[in-house]
Amino acid sequence: MSPSMSRLVPLMNKILRVAMLVFCCAALAPMAQAQPPQPQDEFVPVGNSPAPEQIPAAPLLIGAYVIVLAGLFAYVVSLSRRLGAVHRDVERLEADLKRRGRG
Amino acid sequence: MPKWFTPAAMLCGLMFIISPVLIARAPDESAMGMVYKIYYYHMPSAWMFLLAPLVCGISSALYLARGRPGDDRRAWAAAELTVLFGALTLITGPLWARRAWGTWWVWDARLTSSLVGWMIGWAYLILRRYGGPGSDKLAAGVALFGAVNVPFIYISVNYWRTIHPPTTVVPRLPVSMGLPLWFCVFAFLLLFILLMTMRLRLEAARTRLDALYVALDE
Repeated sequence: MSPSMSRLVPLMNKILRVAMLVFCCAALAPMAQAQPPQPQDEFVPVGNSPAPEQIPAAPLLIGAYVIVLAGLFAYVVSLSRRLGAVHRDVERLEADLKRRGRG
Repeated sequence: MPKWFTPAAMLCGLMFIISPVLIARAPDESAMGMVYKIYYYHMPSAWMFLLAPLVCGISSALYLARGRPGDDRRAWAAAELTVLFGALTLITGPLWARRAWGTWWVWDARLTSSLVGWMIGWAYLILRRYGGPGSDKLAAGVALFGAVNVPFIYISVNYWRTIHPPTTVVPRLPVSMGLPLWFCVFAFLLLFILLMTMRLRLEAARTRLDALYVALDE
């Protein structure tokens, strides 16, 4: 084996090992992603159990409550406005009919 | 409005003012932490989202059988509430799932059938709005599919186990968590009845308006 080849073989081996490692990781990644979290059969109060991992939950919680209350409020306002508009039209038409009756 | 409407509306408002206090005092859940408290508004919204298409479907079936306008008006009012409570359920659910499951959405049987139920509600309203003459009967047919979908939504989590909690979590709740939940359920139920009453009132007023236009034309 020439000196240049003897230096090249370990290098090729290293490249092959790294390539195999990358290939294995790439093959395992989707499998790891496909594992869904386990479903919960019951809800347990926090009590003495260790505190859950602190991922910011407050924005999601506050957002949910704000969306529900704002959505319900918007619907009540929309319903009231529609009711008011129809009642006004009814009153106007009833007045028109009365005037016609007199005429 | 009927005599009971104003006291009931005041009671409902009071319940919605008190509910955050009860929810704040309820304990966090051991695995999900604070974000679990979305449940106190998510689940009552979801139950109203199941109740509304049932009311819509039964009223539509009665309308198809008897042809009474009152049944049709009730179905239309309930369809609007299907869309409202469906939207609240489908928005609060992903907000909870983001923290609890690490994802906004999964295409499991519960979430997908809920989305389908919500779209059936929209289909009903779009038909009524743009369907032209005869759309009332066509929409009533659509509403039947919406009602049939309700039991499927409810049992889906028990037949197809996914990451969505099954229906058995509710009876197993300890008092500290169950009390605020049932309080919110009653608040939402009262709100549902009040909104149905208002919406039916609107339909009755529209019917009166149509009659007046006909009388003016004659």
